[in-house]
Amino acid sequence: MSESLLRIRGLRKQYGERLVLRSIDLDVAEHQVVCLIGGSGSGKSTLLRCVDLLEVVDDGTVHLNETELTDPRLDPDVARRRIGIVFQAYNLFPHLSVLDNITLAPRQVHGVPRRKAEASARELLDRLGLADKAHEHPDRLSGGQQQRAAIARALATEPELLLFDEITSALDPELVGEVLDVVADLKRRGLTILMATHEMDFARRVADRVCFLEGGVIVEQGTAEQVLTAPREQATRRFLARALDRS
Amino acid sequence: MDIGKTAVPDRSATSPGTLVTGYRPSDHERERQRYRRSRKRRHTWLSTLCTLLGLVAVGAAAVASPGWERVDSLFFNGAELRSAFPDLLRGFWLNIQMFLVAEVLILVLGLLIALVRVTRAPGLQPLRLAATVYVDVFRGVPTLLLVFLVGFGLPALQLQGTPSEPWILGVIALTLSYTAYVAEVFRAGLNSVHPAQRNAARALGLNERQTVRHVVLPQAVRNVLPPLLNDFIALQKDTALVAVLGPLEALRAAQIKADYDFNYTPYLGAALLFIAVTIPLTRFADRLQRRATQRTWAGAGQ
Repeated sequence: MSESLLRIRGLRKQYGERLVLRSIDLDVAEHQVVCLIGGSGSGKSTLLRCVDLLEVVDDGTVHLNETELTDPRLDPDVARRRIGIVFQAYNLFPHLSVLDNITLAPRQVHGVPRRKAEASARELLDRLGLADKAHEHPDRLSGGQQQRAAIARALATEPELLLFDEITSALDPELVGEVLDVVADLKRRGLTILMATHEMDFARRVADRVCFLEGGVIVEQGTAEQVLTAPREQATRRFLARALDRS
Repeated sequence: MDIGKTAVPDRSATSPGTLVTGYRPSDHERERQRYRRSRKRRHTWLSTLCTLLGLVAVGAAAVASPGWERVDSLFFNGAELRSAFPDLLRGFWLNIQMFLVAEVLILVLGLLIALVRVTRAPGLQPLRLAATVYVDVFRGVPTLLLVFLVGFGLPALQLQGTPSEPWILGVIALTLSYTAYVAEVFRAGLNSVHPAQRNAARALGLNERQTVRHVVLPQAVRNVLPPLLNDFIALQKDTALVAVLGPLEALRAAQIKADYDFNYTPYLGAALLFIAVTIPLTRFADRLQRRATQRTWAGAGQ
């Protein structure tokens, strides 16, 4: 793993006196799926938000290929165009149809003509099993459908990197599967994904690497098999015992 | 984000010797901060420069205009302003009094009308109808027209106990006009409280009245504080409309002085007095608005 797509070095983030991320080093190579696991408050979400420049980091660097995203001279909008993010709460625009949600960024930010943007949006919707929902508004969709629409929206700009922030946590258990199937399909298509998740089984199945965070540091990372089945660290074992107990 | 709310224990997260206080930023971070500081300085400079240039341009355009000399002596006469000021201030005190009395009446009546309009009790149907008609009519009539109608019409009825003091008549007119607006603001607030809140209160055994009093109303008022303050500010200015009835409030005092001296500076003085009150009120409304927004976001969870 000589040159990674995403390189995080010494990342630090604090809110006032509270240290949320201490010194994070993390690499995501192209076509990899990396899962961040850990309890709530461990810093998973903050890490993703730092990568997408939704938070200003307090120290350290984030590189996407050759570009240093944490450089204050960089226009954050330019960086965000290369990254797609999906949130736990979907955050679809309620006043727009599914199709308009998806074509908004391609048309407004990337200047794709309407006809072309809609054609590729329909292709995406078709792939995600939402072909018949193009003209519905978000409030008419189930949680799983909304989240799939949100994924389609993130994919529409063909980002180099996808960030998923606990995208199944707000879903009813029976709807989790349909969203995770989409993620597994994205991996097969070779997309690069960094995701925070509570779905250990899914991480085991799909992740190339799993990182366990606690108290703002990566306590342990390795292959899914290694971290989830034979963790070296006591903290990881404790967390997994609790997490698996729940499910 | 859950991160924002859950405290991350610093000490358990950090090994001894690297507590938050003992942390030294890397050279990279220090360079970054230097850049941010210099950018901020540059922005401050630029905005100051733009503001000054704008002010100079406006000032220059006014002074360079052919009629400037006349305007200067007619509107910006220092001696005139000084001599008019005591009368203006005395007049303005009446504006403040009218504003305060009217505001209290408006808040109480507006809330009552809003409550009448949102309740569904069948016995209140006639009242509800009356409230609707009242709001429709009085929101439609210009405030100045109401001041005339009440100011000259009410005394003409020669009913027993009708006030004849022009400032009281003015307060009645303003109250009639503004209550209609404020009732609508309150009603919007009452409707903005999520039905689930009402259900939750009823599920606890609170009756309709207790539910409104303890759960719906506090949230409703909180939600509409900014537009409510907006109406306060408008009312504060509109007390000047009462000038047409003759009481010696600020505008009327300015009028008398201006007519006497053939100089418009007293009007400018009156304007300054109104601004002196409305600007702090506006800033206050802005602050409330910001706080309300933050609270709504906190409630939304994300």
